[in-house]
Amino acid sequence: MPGKVIVVTSGKGGVGKTTTSANIGMGLAIRGKKVVLIDADIGLRNLDVVLGLENRIVYNLIDVVEKSCKIRQALIKDKRYEKLYLLPAAQTREKDAVKPEQMVELCDELRLDYDYILIDCPAGIEHGFKNAIAAADEAFIVTTPDVSAVRDADRIIGLLEAKEVQNKYLIINRVRPEMVRRGDMMSVEDVKDILGVELMGVIPDDQTIIVSTNRGEPAVSDNASRAGQAYRNIVARLEGEKVPFMSLDYDLSFFEKIKRLIVK
Amino acid sequence: MDFISKFFKDDSNTSKNVAVERLRLVLVHDRASVSLGLMESLKEDLIAVISKYMEIDQDAMEVNLNSSERSAALTANIPVIRIKR
Repeated sequence: MPGKVIVVTSGKGGVGKTTTSANIGMGLAIRGKKVVLIDADIGLRNLDVVLGLENRIVYNLIDVVEKSCKIRQALIKDKRYEKLYLLPAAQTREKDAVKPEQMVELCDELRLDYDYILIDCPAGIEHGFKNAIAAADEAFIVTTPDVSAVRDADRIIGLLEAKEVQNKYLIINRVRPEMVRRGDMMSVEDVKDILGVELMGVIPDDQTIIVSTNRGEPAVSDNASRAGQAYRNIVARLEGEKVPFMSLDYDLSFFEKIKRLIVK
Repeated sequence: MDFISKFFKDDSNTSKNVAVERLRLVLVHDRASVSLGLMESLKEDLIAVISKYMEIDQDAMEVNLNSSERSAALTANIPVIRIKR
């Protein structure tokens, strides 16, 4: 069966696209799937550092599409999970150095050898976005529960619809349960209702993400990390398992639990 | 007493409800790619055209772009005072 191409996108920058790409990619590889992560953010390469593979880059995405090297030469194999590969972005080129047709050609070739091709999309809605979504079978839209990120996500959903990317899934990142309970943060339900897209995952705001990014070891490989667990759940859903969405009530005090029972 | 009122406080004015309301409004326009300025000039043109045939109550007139899911509909409610002959 040919591999599936998934683009991880958001519109707004800084909501966690790269972290999400790295964690889902690594999570799939941990489960034994053959995965390529493509960093499509040309000029602002970052997926390599999040994965801890920054010292091993020789060739990049542009070298591949310009055919100055073979795909296999540019792919960096992860030493921890041998089914995980990274195709890094070029750091010194313009975003329009790649064309949508070239992305389609590249992904069609990768589909033959890999189970999943995950594309980390740049922020914005210009060139880089169009390249990143050109070959996608599915799109994961990452947002955080704030007005600007949700608004941009809505715009992205509209653009994906125009480009006929049919399968769209929502990942809500950095949810802070105590703020949701106070009524100071939009809930998962609120965001889901506004955007009208099927939910794929809910990631709690978690300091372990910062620690794992510092080390270049995605949280998905850390069994003690709550965000890591949320990413493992997304990976399981991708693989067709029915996994309930994580309860975000874990930090409720005894008093708050009683209050909830009464107010309901 | 304070904690009891907190217990059952009215939450319609929480910042998240404000956020949801503001987002819903702004997205109606985003989705239809229509700005508030464009809506105003549409309204003025409508008044100009209809006034040729009917006398209308301009203050009570309402023109709205309503969106549900991913489609939008333009609705106009224009009270007619008198038909011109």
